[in-house]
Amino acid sequence: MHVFELMLAADVPTMASGRVTQFLQTLLDGLTVGSLYALIALGYTMVYGILKFINFAHSDVFALGVHLPIWIAALFGIQGAAAGTVPPWYLGPIVLVLAMLSSGAVGFTIERLAYKPLRGAPRLNVLITAIGVSLLLQNLGQLPVQKLGNVPLPLMFGPYPRATPELLPPTVLFSFLGVRVRLVEVAVVGTALLLMVGLQYLIYNTKLGMAMRAVSFNTRTASLMGINVNAVISFTFVIGSMLAAAAGFLYALYYGGQAKQTADSMWVMLGLKAFVAAVVGGIGNVRGAVLGGLLIGLIEFFGVAYVSSNYRDAYVFIILILVLLLRPEGVLGKATVEKV
Amino acid sequence: MTRMPHAVGSLAIYLVLCSLLLAVGCRDKNSSTGSSSNSSSGSTDSGAILIGHYASMTGSEATFGVSTDQGLRLAVNERNAAGGVKGRKVEVKTYDNQGKAQESVTAVTRLIQQDKVVAVIGEVASSRSLAGGPVCQRAGVPMITPSSTNPDVTAIGDMISRVCFIDPFQGFVGAKFAHENLKFTKAATLFNRAQAYSSGLNQNFIESFKKMGGQIVSEQAYSDGDNDFSAQLTAIREAKPDFIYVPGYYTEVVNIARQARRLGVNVPLIGGDGWDSEELKNAGDALNGCYFSNHYSHEDQRPEVQDFVKKYQSAYGKVPDDLAALGYDAGRLLFDAMDRASSLSGKDLAAAIAATKNFPGVTGTITIDAQRNASKDAVMLEIHNGVPKYVATISPE
Repeated sequence: MHVFELMLAADVPTMASGRVTQFLQTLLDGLTVGSLYALIALGYTMVYGILKFINFAHSDVFALGVHLPIWIAALFGIQGAAAGTVPPWYLGPIVLVLAMLSSGAVGFTIERLAYKPLRGAPRLNVLITAIGVSLLLQNLGQLPVQKLGNVPLPLMFGPYPRATPELLPPTVLFSFLGVRVRLVEVAVVGTALLLMVGLQYLIYNTKLGMAMRAVSFNTRTASLMGINVNAVISFTFVIGSMLAAAAGFLYALYYGGQAKQTADSMWVMLGLKAFVAAVVGGIGNVRGAVLGGLLIGLIEFFGVAYVSSNYRDAYVFIILILVLLLRPEGVLGKATVEKV
Repeated sequence: MTRMPHAVGSLAIYLVLCSLLLAVGCRDKNSSTGSSSNSSSGSTDSGAILIGHYASMTGSEATFGVSTDQGLRLAVNERNAAGGVKGRKVEVKTYDNQGKAQESVTAVTRLIQQDKVVAVIGEVASSRSLAGGPVCQRAGVPMITPSSTNPDVTAIGDMISRVCFIDPFQGFVGAKFAHENLKFTKAATLFNRAQAYSSGLNQNFIESFKKMGGQIVSEQAYSDGDNDFSAQLTAIREAKPDFIYVPGYYTEVVNIARQARRLGVNVPLIGGDGWDSEELKNAGDALNGCYFSNHYSHEDQRPEVQDFVKKYQSAYGKVPDDLAALGYDAGRLLFDAMDRASSLSGKDLAAAIAATKNFPGVTGTITIDAQRNASKDAVMLEIHNGVPKYVATISPE
């Protein structure tokens, strides 16, 4: 009965500190998942900032971003929890980088094939195309690929939940007032922060970032100034898709166990929440997306913990309605006057 | 920037739609769906008797559908090798419902209207049987559910019956095992409010456990598509239960167990037959020392069981779970009823199924009662590294 021994060994909080523990635990969980929402929200907000359209396929790029690392890890021979072994630490970052690169390629291809031919077309056309791309990705992500020509490969995707790879040992780094902070949480939040700081640097401190801001400000003028608008748009899609893949990788790392198939409705719901985060922070605003993501994560987790777990999704959308009523430009957004 | 001609845009949409259809087509081919659409009056060209099966061949409960289909097809092949039913061969047509209730309605309608099957087998999940059942009832085609345990399923009407026990009994089994065998008094529950099976079994367990003098210290819910259970588990941790009753399906159970251990909730989880899947191994050691109630154990030494396990292993190369055993039983019970029925019309066949007495199934002796349910023993299994081991048998009161 090793389970019960474990229970005694674990730091069971006393009654008095129970409330504090629950508060801190909720805070930690909300911030961790909020940082994942932020990573996805960045993809929505960057594309909106430049093309002024909502990329509905982004949640599916995120779902692919959950499943691509599963496959890449399998190429390295890394198995799920069933194997009971943890690979050397450096394989995690390698899988992450490879997943981000392949997801970036997916984003580039989507933009080239689906959206670029519609540049200048009515916005509704692009929106409907985005929905089509979304359905295409959901179903392509379910095709079980097991070989390339005659070369057998580890099973890719498949129309059922897949075991996520075990990349980190279940180490508990430290305990604070009954809250156990594990290596996984630190890795997830740390990687997310690193990527956000990197993006911030890219947008505000490089020539390419300046070009992105210029295109977002006024596409026509930017092209008159000699900026290759198409290249900038492609690049935006690549960056957004890479961040979505990173979010997918971290999501699988954080939750572990089984990741549902790409056509499951849960991915669309997660994508919608990230989209709400982008709107709450001010769509088109990169810092706003990060703030919105963290805010949405905290609101969801505190709502579930302190109000009721029956309305998990409702809290997020109540916030959306409130923001649209009271401050439609978002928390950090700038109010713009639409010229008619 | 040049403005693209409008036609190019339309072409893009058209291409996207085409590839979409292609993807759907490929998926169909991958499930074991017969894609030929030759359909004529209840039997195929060869004069075979056609029975329909709707199941979750893909999706979050994919192993349910795949196992049931394998068990059912084993029964069919065996019967055909022995000369078939009433001198005719039996054929099965399986449609995938992707684990969705609305797709179940489509699948059953297609089986009845297009393929004109004489009987329908399905589903495992109660919510999907509750969706497909009314279609069978209206059309007057008998349906046998192999493993839907929610009592409402057979209440749909006289065409619907089942070969498994029902949840008021299963809830009693879980409560009795926890209370008498494990001497637990404080329970917390965590159930899926969107699934009829899960919320019904949760209710049945709570009633039984309270009646035995146990205490429910926390009752928490989640929904389809939820993957984060930390808030519910944190609340459960504060309530300090002896164990957590989790009447869900295996994909969620794996993730719940892992998240519970992460939060330092180390009490055992106890669940129902929705746990039974080889995918439990993906929980690693998080489910070690946890229990679930089930319809049968492959370790049972009865000759029916050992014979079935041997045949299943030689056909599919793995140990059959309870879904496979119940699929096998549902098929064999249907053939037995066909033998006894005066004709294969829906009315006669349903009457013959309802009249089944002392049928020797792999999962126990099956007698269909007045509510068209089966009353059988349940077993409790303990999980170790994803493999369930037999612990106890619990009989109806």
